Amino acid sequence: MWPIFDYGRFVSIISSSDVYGVVWMRSLAQLHKMANLRVLVGVKRVIDYAVKIRVKPDNSGVVTDGVKHSMNPFCEIAMEEAVRLKEKKLAKEIIAVSCGPAQAQETIRTALAMGADRGIHVEVTGKEYENMTPLHVSKIMAKLAQDQEANLVILGKQSIDGDNNQTGQMTAALLDWPQATFASEVTKENDHLKVVREIDGGLETVKVTLPAVITADLRLNEPRYATLPNIMKAKKKKIAKHKAADFGVDLTPTLEVVGVEDPPVRQAGQKVESTEELVAKLKDSGVV
Amino acid sequence: MAALRVIQKLASTVPSRCLSAPRMSSQASTVSAGHPVSEVVMPLTVLSEDEQMMRDSVAKFAKEKIGPLVREMDRNSKMDDSVLQGLFENGLMGVEVEAEYGGTDSTFFSSCLVVEELARVDPAVAVLVDIQNTLIVTSLRLHGTEEQKQKYLPRLATDTVGSFALSESESGSDAFALKTRADKKGDYWVLNGSKMWISNSEQAGLFLVFANADSLQGYKGISTFLVDRDTPGLTIDKHEDKLGIRASSTCPVHFEDVKIPESHLLGTLGHGYKYAIGLLNEGRIGIAAQMVGLAQGCFDYAVPYTMERKQFGQNIFDFQSMQHQISEIATEIEAARLLVYNAARLREAGHPFIKQAAMAKFYAAEVAAKTTAKSIEWMGGVGFTKDYPVEKFYRDCKIGAIYEGTNNIQLSTIARYLKQEWQQ
Repeated sequence: MWPIFDYGRFVSIISSSDVYGVVWMRSLAQLHKMANLRVLVGVKRVIDYAVKIRVKPDNSGVVTDGVKHSMNPFCEIAMEEAVRLKEKKLAKEIIAVSCGPAQAQETIRTALAMGADRGIHVEVTGKEYENMTPLHVSKIMAKLAQDQEANLVILGKQSIDGDNNQTGQMTAALLDWPQATFASEVTKENDHLKVVREIDGGLETVKVTLPAVITADLRLNEPRYATLPNIMKAKKKKIAKHKAADFGVDLTPTLEVVGVEDPPVRQAGQKVESTEELVAKLKDSGVV
Repeated sequence: MAALRVIQKLASTVPSRCLSAPRMSSQASTVSAGHPVSEVVMPLTVLSEDEQMMRDSVAKFAKEKIGPLVREMDRNSKMDDSVLQGLFENGLMGVEVEAEYGGTDSTFFSSCLVVEELARVDPAVAVLVDIQNTLIVTSLRLHGTEEQKQKYLPRLATDTVGSFALSESESGSDAFALKTRADKKGDYWVLNGSKMWISNSEQAGLFLVFANADSLQGYKGISTFLVDRDTPGLTIDKHEDKLGIRASSTCPVHFEDVKIPESHLLGTLGHGYKYAIGLLNEGRIGIAAQMVGLAQGCFDYAVPYTMERKQFGQNIFDFQSMQHQISEIATEIEAARLLVYNAARLREAGHPFIKQAAMAKFYAAEVAAKTTAKSIEWMGGVGFTKDYPVEKFYRDCKIGAIYEGTNNIQLSTIARYLKQEWQQ
C-alpha cells in the first residue's frame, strides 16, 4: 500500500528498480507558483579555503583576525543555482541572507554581484557569533523563509569551517518542508523539482514539491565570477539589517566548545623493498 | 573642513564617477584627539569596498582561468582564446566605459587595480588589458564624437580588442618623426605607411592609427584615425619572437592605400600629437601598475619557497642576509605601489599628475627588474629553470623599462617638471 501523507507533505522516491511513490500536491495554486519562485539563499562568510588554518595558542578556536575570509564555496554553488533558476525564468526573486558580524555584508555584496536581487544581514557579533550553531541559524532561516514568503531555500550542504551539514536539514524540519540534500542536479519537472542527490551508494533521484529546502553539493554547478559590471550594479541593491531577536530567536548557546587542537602530525612512513615485505609488515601491524 | 571644501570643489569640476570613493574615513574613534572625523583621509593602500571586491574577483579569475595556461601561452607565444573571452565576459576590457555603452562603469583607479592583479599571474595578459583600457577606450571617451562612441565603445567593452598604432621602425622615442601618411581624397582619407611593435595587433579588431595629414606642418600634422581590421590594404605581419610577454602579440602593421571615411578621423585634425602625449601620460600609470603586479607575483612565489627550502639545517629565509635582501625588495615593491596608487588618485581627482606618473613608471620598472633578478637568486638552481615561474617574470619585466616611454624619457620628463618648479 502506498503511504498516506499529511496534507501537503510529499517525497516520492524513484529508483531504477521502478518503485513509484505517490506525489501529493498542496493545491492547484501551487502550480502557478512554479514559474515564480522566490528563492532564499544562505551565504556564510568563512575563512578562505586557501588559507593555512592556525589554532589559537589557548586552544579555544582558530585564528580569524587579519585572516582572509570569503564566501563558503558551497554557498557560492547554492547562489549560482539560484541565479541559473532566475535566468531560466523559474525564479522571480533571489534574496541572499547572511548571519554574522558587519563583515558579513561583504559576503552579501558578493552574492548581489553574482545576481541576487536584495540582501538580508542578520547581525550577530562577538561571543554570540562565536557560539552560534546551525540550530540558531536554522531558526532564523525558517522564520525568514516564512516572513519573506519564499518557496525555495537553497543552502550549501555544509560550511568549510563548521562542517556541520545540519542547517539545511534543520531548516526544513522547522518549516515542515521537504528537503533534498547533497543536490548535484536540480531540474524543474511540471509541478515539482527533480533533484539528483549524491549519496554514499551512488546517485539517488527524488521529487520534491514546493516549498522545499535544497542543499548544494560540489558538482551541482560551477559558480560564476562576479563580473566587474555586476559588482558596480550591486552597489544599488539593498541590504536590510536585522538582529536575531527580530525573528524571536534566542542566541543562548546550546553547545560549549571545550577545545580545538591541531590534528596529529603525520608520522613518517616506512620504505619496503618488495611486495613480500609489504605484506609481512601489514600482517604484523594487524591491518590484514 | 578645508578638506571637505576641496572635495566639493573637485566634485563640481570632475564627473562624480571619477572621484574615487571618499578618501575620508566614516569611522570615528581612532582619530587623534580633537580632530574632526571629516578630515581623516584614508591611506593609499586602503581601498573602497567596490575596489576591494573587484580586486578579489579579478585575482580569483586570474588564478583559476589564466594561471593554468600561462606557461603554454608563453611557450607558444600565443594568447589563448578562452582567456580573451573571459576578459570580456568579466568586464575587464571596458572598465571605464559607461554602463549605457555596455561597460563596467568604473574608475581609472579600478582599471589600474585590474591590470595589477592580472600582472601577478601573467604580465602579457595585463598589458593587453592595459592598452585596451588606458589607451584605446580613453581616446574614444575623450576625443570621440557621440557617433564614434556609440559605434566603438560597446564593441570594445564586449568583443573587440584595440591596438595603439604609433611607433614605426624609425620612430620610437622620437614618436613624432613618424612617416605614415594620411592623404585626403574627397570624403576619404588614404593611409600609407608601416607601423612597428604594435601590441595586441594579432587580436585587434580596431586600430588607432597616428598618421601625418600634413607633413609640411611637421608634427602638427599628425592626426588620429580609427581603422577597422578588415579594411582592405591593412596587413598584419608575423609577430615578433620576443624575450618576454610573449603571449602578447607584437607585430608590424602595414597600410597600403587604406581607404577610410572621413568620419573615422578621431578628434581634431593635426591634434594627434597632443592626444598621443596625453594618452601616454596616463597610460604609463597602467604600465607602472603592471610592473608592480609583476614584481609582487614574482615575490609571492619566491619568498614562500625560501621558507621551505632548508640548507645547513635551517630554512634559507632564516639567514640574516636573506632576510635583509627580501625585506629591502618588499619595501621597494610597497614604495612602487604607493607611487602608482597616488599617481592614479591624482589623475582621477583632476590634479596635476604627469611628473608623478613618470616617477611611478620609471620606479616600478626598476623595482620589477630588481625583484625578478633577486627572486631567481633566492630560488637558486630551480629559479633558473622553466619549471618554475620566476624566470618568466624575469624575462617579462625587461620591457617595462622600454615601452610606453623608455626610462630615459621618464627621467627627462621628471627633470622638465623639476626645472619648471625651480624656475619660478
